[in-house]
Amino acid sequence: MAEFLFEIGLEEIPARMIAGAQVELQRRVLAMLERERLVAAGVASRSFATPRRLAVWVADVAERQEDVTEDLVGPSVKVAYKDGAPTAAAAAFAKKAGVAVEALKTITNPKGEYLAATAIRPGRAASEVIAAELPKEVAAIYWAKNMYWRTGRPERFVRPVRWLLALLGNETVPVSFGGYEAGDVTYGHRVLFGDAPIDLKSPSEYEEALKKGFVVADVEARRQKIRKALDKVTRTVPGLRWREDEELVETVTQLTEWPSVVMGGFEAEYLTLPEEVLVTVMRDHQKYFAVEDQAGKLAPYFLAVLNTEADDAGLAVIRHGNERVLRARFNDARFFWEFDQRISLKDRTELLKNVTFQKDLGSYAAKTARVRKLSSTLAGLVLGRKCELNPVALDEAASLAKTDLTTDLVKEFTELQGIVGGLYARAQGFGAATADAIYDQYKPESMEDSVPRTVEGAVLAIADKADTIAGMFGLGMEPTGSKDPFALRRAANGIVKILAETSTPLPLTLAEVAAAACGQNEALTEKVQGFLAERLEFYLKEARGQAYDVVKAVLAAGGDDVKDAIARAEALTSVRGSEDFAAVSAAFKRMKNILAQAGESFEPGAAAQAEHSHPAQAQLWNAAEGVRTRVTELVGKGDYAASFETIATLRPQVDKFFEEVMVMDPDPAVRKARLAVLFAIVNDIRGIADLSEIVVAG
Amino acid sequence: MRAIGEKKAALTFQELLFTLQRFWADQGCVLQQPYDVEVGAGTMSPDTFLRVLGPKPVRIAYAQPSRRPADGRYGENPNRLFRHTQLQVILKPPPVRIQELYLESLTAIGIDLREHDIKFEEDNWEWPVGGAWGVGWQVMLDGLEITQFTYFQQCGGMDLDPICGEITYGLERIAGFLQDVDSIYDIVWAIEPDTGRKVTYGEMRLAEEEQFSAYSFDYADVKKLWEHLNLYEAECLNLLEQAKGFSEMDALQLKRFPVLGAYELALKCSHVFNLLDARGAISVTERVGVMARIRNLVVGVAKIYATQGEALRV
Repeated sequence: MAEFLFEIGLEEIPARMIAGAQVELQRRVLAMLERERLVAAGVASRSFATPRRLAVWVADVAERQEDVTEDLVGPSVKVAYKDGAPTAAAAAFAKKAGVAVEALKTITNPKGEYLAATAIRPGRAASEVIAAELPKEVAAIYWAKNMYWRTGRPERFVRPVRWLLALLGNETVPVSFGGYEAGDVTYGHRVLFGDAPIDLKSPSEYEEALKKGFVVADVEARRQKIRKALDKVTRTVPGLRWREDEELVETVTQLTEWPSVVMGGFEAEYLTLPEEVLVTVMRDHQKYFAVEDQAGKLAPYFLAVLNTEADDAGLAVIRHGNERVLRARFNDARFFWEFDQRISLKDRTELLKNVTFQKDLGSYAAKTARVRKLSSTLAGLVLGRKCELNPVALDEAASLAKTDLTTDLVKEFTELQGIVGGLYARAQGFGAATADAIYDQYKPESMEDSVPRTVEGAVLAIADKADTIAGMFGLGMEPTGSKDPFALRRAANGIVKILAETSTPLPLTLAEVAAAACGQNEALTEKVQGFLAERLEFYLKEARGQAYDVVKAVLAAGGDDVKDAIARAEALTSVRGSEDFAAVSAAFKRMKNILAQAGESFEPGAAAQAEHSHPAQAQLWNAAEGVRTRVTELVGKGDYAASFETIATLRPQVDKFFEEVMVMDPDPAVRKARLAVLFAIVNDIRGIADLSEIVVAG
Repeated sequence: MRAIGEKKAALTFQELLFTLQRFWADQGCVLQQPYDVEVGAGTMSPDTFLRVLGPKPVRIAYAQPSRRPADGRYGENPNRLFRHTQLQVILKPPPVRIQELYLESLTAIGIDLREHDIKFEEDNWEWPVGGAWGVGWQVMLDGLEITQFTYFQQCGGMDLDPICGEITYGLERIAGFLQDVDSIYDIVWAIEPDTGRKVTYGEMRLAEEEQFSAYSFDYADVKKLWEHLNLYEAECLNLLEQAKGFSEMDALQLKRFPVLGAYELALKCSHVFNLLDARGAISVTERVGVMARIRNLVVGVAKIYATQGEALRV
């Protein structure tokens, strides 16, 4: 057994692609070694990655495959021998099995007499197998974007290959890819170590040897090094802390081989620019970490993660350079900010006529008009339910919402759309309700993002998203499978999330939203409503972690009122573990099946007039009547957990009924009465959840 | 390491250009003069856009003044220009050590890499109007993007083989960095040897920025620009139409067929489009349509250039 190491050296891999490729290479190498019987399942292994390399280390690789004996069946004896002499078919079989014709045996199977042989497949050397198989694995790695670089376009890969290293024990394995054959050398940091090769005697030296070459090959070690350096450097100014940003930590980890951190500052006058703009410039454009004081207020500092190591004098030079760039960027932003004020948001509404939203749906001016109307309809519903909402501010926000698309600041920082509009609205003297609604209109942008802070913002955000969905559906551009080019699922998820999580009362149902957005078009309304319902199902499962059967049971009882559906799902989850509840759920399934088989339907009052031909039937009915009264009362209070608990108290009567009573009695009148009772019970409960959907263990 | 302020004298703007040209000439690049038709980037010069097509190896370098009317700021913004200067290096096929050569060029202009932080960050280039794209990096030096580095993959909608390596230096950015000035206009362009007087970038170019910003934002006659666009387009289309007769041409006719002229007309359209855009005369709705018209010209020219080249090689 020997250790194995494989490294592929590349020109800088895009940071966003490294983690996935690292995992995939390791998985592919291990799967290949296992398939080729060179390692035991679960063999110890590690993987490494930097912008310039991907590597895999495996603990115990056999030096040879074991020989394999194989029983082969050949042609029938009739075909194999002619006049007692072996035919070409016999010779071919012997050759295939690797034995002499004389050594072939004869076996009898159900089809008759056949030739047979025991072949020994000699194991191949690991080096030979790896050299043959590994290049295919490397070539198969998925990259979001590939390129050609060599003349004749012999291979596609993420970036040009610059070296390969493959060591089995202390022997080089001749793996070829991208115009290179693997050797036993790797390379260190471009600048700190230079072009000199680093010789490796054995795979186990890899990590240490690279450290001497100013490369931290282990990703987690690099991440920790960066986090520690960020902490340490920030502490040099008392009272400061760096703003946690996991995504940015990940990016800079994948942009460096030998990371260090420098803190720079900027003139406090730039703090008059909105924090959103400053942070976007630092994080998105410069990959700098923002720094804040103890109150969480932005401080005039930033942290840059470097791919080098320098002494104080060197750091001063690098700091100075980074400060210069940031100052220029902030200047630009300030220039745009001031320039944009020349035309007020109000005047910009005219300009929206020239900005296309979608070619068949018209300009953003047209969209604005639709969203205003839709917001107003939704606002009417909210106000009609005696909930608070400022309709004037909402309409103002809806009419100005898209105007920031015409500003230079948004053209420069597209990720700040909406936010810039909100900031400008405030600067131009609009009230907080208007400005905040504009600011929050794109929220939530993901399942993790927060929802709009105000009811006006919530209604505007819903109207904007619903208009887009209805418009696209109207054009037949609905998402299919993995294709959702207009991010309509995200928009619909946003609507559900807003209705679910808004802290201010927002009594709107999915059906109302769909109907308001689709106007008179009933077919379209139905489609959009179905789409929203689908997203509610997704939301309950993914964001709320509800089990699929609970979600099914709850939505079968209606999913139009999002908050109500969530409350029912949570209540159902809280009681589903109890034995009585499980038993009652199972009984409901049985009742539903019986009713389905009987295929009869009943008037609501039928059960009340039914004659109880069996005491267990009477007991069940009486208990159910009691439960119904109690549940109606509890549901009225919104206490679904207690409702489900109350339903579970039916268990003794239900059990007894099924033990003693035969529903499908030969006497049609008796049968009908019994079915009517079941129908009434099932129907009473079905309004809050279809319990027959609950999967009962055992 | 030296402290700030102790730097050796930084290169002037023109010395920066000399040094980089010298460096690449030493690597076997032919130095070409800037192309004399308005372009938005060095890539659009025929020395890049057309030479990347076909099998013939190319090594060429040239400075290219690049006009982007919408980026003009009347000379008021210290970091933005209507016209900036790119140094374009074309290496087809790319040498194996292309990145190392590039880093050596930085050393040549006085950047000691051990004193700075340099990163190659993913940045893929695309010019949809030219049916052209490539993958590569923006090179970041102490947080400043100083170079765009691209492996061309397609041009005129055609797959390239050999692939071409393209290095585009932003000369104003680099000069500002070397000289440590906060405004482009303070860059020292040259130093008069007899008096030691510094000639600044502002002295050479500020008036141009002021006037061309005013022209493209305020003065340009929208109606006439549309007429120009239509005329250039018509003439280019006429040439593209005649190119359909390549198979009937004799060798001399074929060789003399003005594909390069057709390309110039397409570039004119592109520039007029940029002016109209800066003037705010193109609604976003129209935009897509006009871009498709220009794409039709540019990609059409690339196709006939490839056909002509192939026919002449046979």
